[in-house]
Amino acid sequence: MLMSLSCTVLGVGLFVLTQATTSGFEEFFIKTILGTDGAMRVEDKIQDTLRQMTAGGGSDFQISQRQGLKYIEGVEEPKLIINALKDFSNVSGAAPVLRGSVLVRADFKNESAQAFGISLEDHLKVSDLGRQIVQGDVATFREQPAGALMGRVLADRLQLSTGSTFILEAQGQRLRYTVSAIYETGVADIDKMRVYIHLSEARSLLKKPSGVSFVQVNLFEKDRAPQNALQMQEVLKHSAKPWQEREKSWLSTFRALRISSAITVSVFTLIAGLAMFNTLAMIVLEKTKDIAILRSMGYERRDITQIFLWQAGIVLTIGAVLGCIVGALSTLGVSYMPLPISGIFKTETFVVSWNAWHYVEAITTAALMVMIASVIPARRAARLEPGDIVRGTAQ
Amino acid sequence: MAFTNELALRCDGLHRYLGQDDARVHVLKGVSFAARRGEVYAIVGPSGCGKSTLLYLLGLLDRPDGGEIEINGQLMSTSDDAARTAARCEHIGFVFQFHFLMLEFSALDNVMMPMRKLGRLSQQEMVERAHSLLSSVGLGDKTHRLGTQLSGGEQQRVAVARALANQPSIILADEPTGNLDVKNSGLVFDLLTRLAKENGQAVILVTHNPEIAARCDFTRPMRDGLFA
Ligand SMILES: Nc1ncnc2c1ncn2[C@@H]1O[C@H](COP(=O)(O)OP(=O)(O)OP(=O)(O)O)[C@@H](O)[C@H]1O
Ligand SMILES: [Mg+2]
Repeated sequence: MLMSLSCTVLGVGLFVLTQATTSGFEEFFIKTILGTDGAMRVEDKIQDTLRQMTAGGGSDFQISQRQGLKYIEGVEEPKLIINALKDFSNVSGAAPVLRGSVLVRADFKNESAQAFGISLEDHLKVSDLGRQIVQGDVATFREQPAGALMGRVLADRLQLSTGSTFILEAQGQRLRYTVSAIYETGVADIDKMRVYIHLSEARSLLKKPSGVSFVQVNLFEKDRAPQNALQMQEVLKHSAKPWQEREKSWLSTFRALRISSAITVSVFTLIAGLAMFNTLAMIVLEKTKDIAILRSMGYERRDITQIFLWQAGIVLTIGAVLGCIVGALSTLGVSYMPLPISGIFKTETFVVSWNAWHYVEAITTAALMVMIASVIPARRAARLEPGDIVRGTAQ
Repeated sequence: MAFTNELALRCDGLHRYLGQDDARVHVLKGVSFAARRGEVYAIVGPSGCGKSTLLYLLGLLDRPDGGEIEINGQLMSTSDDAARTAARCEHIGFVFQFHFLMLEFSALDNVMMPMRKLGRLSQQEMVERAHSLLSSVGLGDKTHRLGTQLSGGEQQRVAVARALANQPSIILADEPTGNLDVKNSGLVFDLLTRLAKENGQAVILVTHNPEIAARCDFTRPMRDGLFA
């Protein structure tokens, strides 16, 4: 009883812990990337090219055919697109972004970078930019027309801090800006490359009086991004790229990790299951004499199975509760483990995932195993003739 | 009594082999026997002659390799497990040679177990009946002791009380007084004979005690798998 209980506790606990630790990084990566570049980007207008073909045989029959897609860079009418996007029920926000390559000139050093002209209020709705500020304040940026939000890595390289000024050079013109705040996403490629400025400033700097590079879109249900993207592409006649496609390479890395951890979890589960089967079978074996007594008094096979099921139910209930507690505590413990990572995201400690489904899955698996492990031996024992058990010749 | 002399149990030409292959032994070689209500039968015979084996067959705890068993007029030797189980619950009280209590349970619980399965009495009635049965085997003050806290003789008396719990028409007892002193074996034997007379139960007991055997209505000596 104690043995099978500890097996259940261990099994459930390990299941939860492995799930929490393996999906943690992936979820955190997705959260980071969604919080920075949004769930989707609508960019580049699609130009349908219709090719007309004359069918052979001299008839006038004409076949129209879509022949691949051609793109025109950027979104020419961002207002129209954003209004149209708001009709999609899953869209929680849409913000225009004008992007261009610039040279950042500071006192000591120059760095090439990307200027992102944003409309601040809209952009805060489609990203976590507000929460990614590590120095200064977004409010300062809001008030400063020539303010800029600079990535942590870039600011460090140029030895800039909040309040310092620098020059952005593009299209042969130079404009002076002030660092309103410094942000850090943890994604190295972003933190060393992006300078956020107000959209109107970007227009004059990049000499683009109308149109934007893309519209960043945020969704209520991120998982529906691919379907939404297809619909948007149809309706808006612009290419729409969901985050799953955008971050394909990282996501497939994480998927590989998840598969390897799934194998680990299954092996654990199998071992725990076998141990449980063994102990429950032993319990039944110990109880064969009692089974014979009960059967001799007229208890049916079903009654015997039920008694052991009942016992298994108790083991399961206590085991599941304790297992979940053990799983949660060890997950919590692991989450304090120092593990500084930056590059694809930023963290100082091990990233774990808190997901109720992990617990549900663990309990379901345990329930299945306990039930199988107790029903089979109990049924086998109940099938024996009581006389055989009493005489000791039961096989 | 109305049921007196009614046939409670009958068996005819019972055969039973035990063991496998080379170790196969022909234990019962065509045993025939009948028991009427209200009578007490003693089966006596040397150790190893097949008394327990016969009792298991009569108690529907084992299946014969040949022959017939009838319980209260119903042929049971070929019926299915469900019918045999139901018959055990209702008609048969069995006292094992090695008493066999459920040791983690109290004496009271052990006696109540058959009643629980039969489900004819309320909880209150079951407790009362278990108490009175335990008192009648001289254990009125030890009803709450666990099986492990009882002596061998005490366990044996609990087993007798348990066999009587559902007022079965047939009581099969394999040396019910084997472990008991003179006083307690008298107590248990008197209880069994009294019940046989009062309730019209057929009592079949195996005993090595000649005095007990002499006090039964019938004595059937057994030798080498057959009644002599
Ligand atoms: N599993 C077995 N395989 C082979 N022979 C067996 C087996 N079990 C019992 N026997 C034999 O069957 C015979 C009858 O056994 P049984 O237990 O019925 O004897 P008994 O008359 O009750 O003896 P006792 O008075 O000692 O209790 C014995 O000779 C015994 O050796
Ligand atoms: Mg015997």
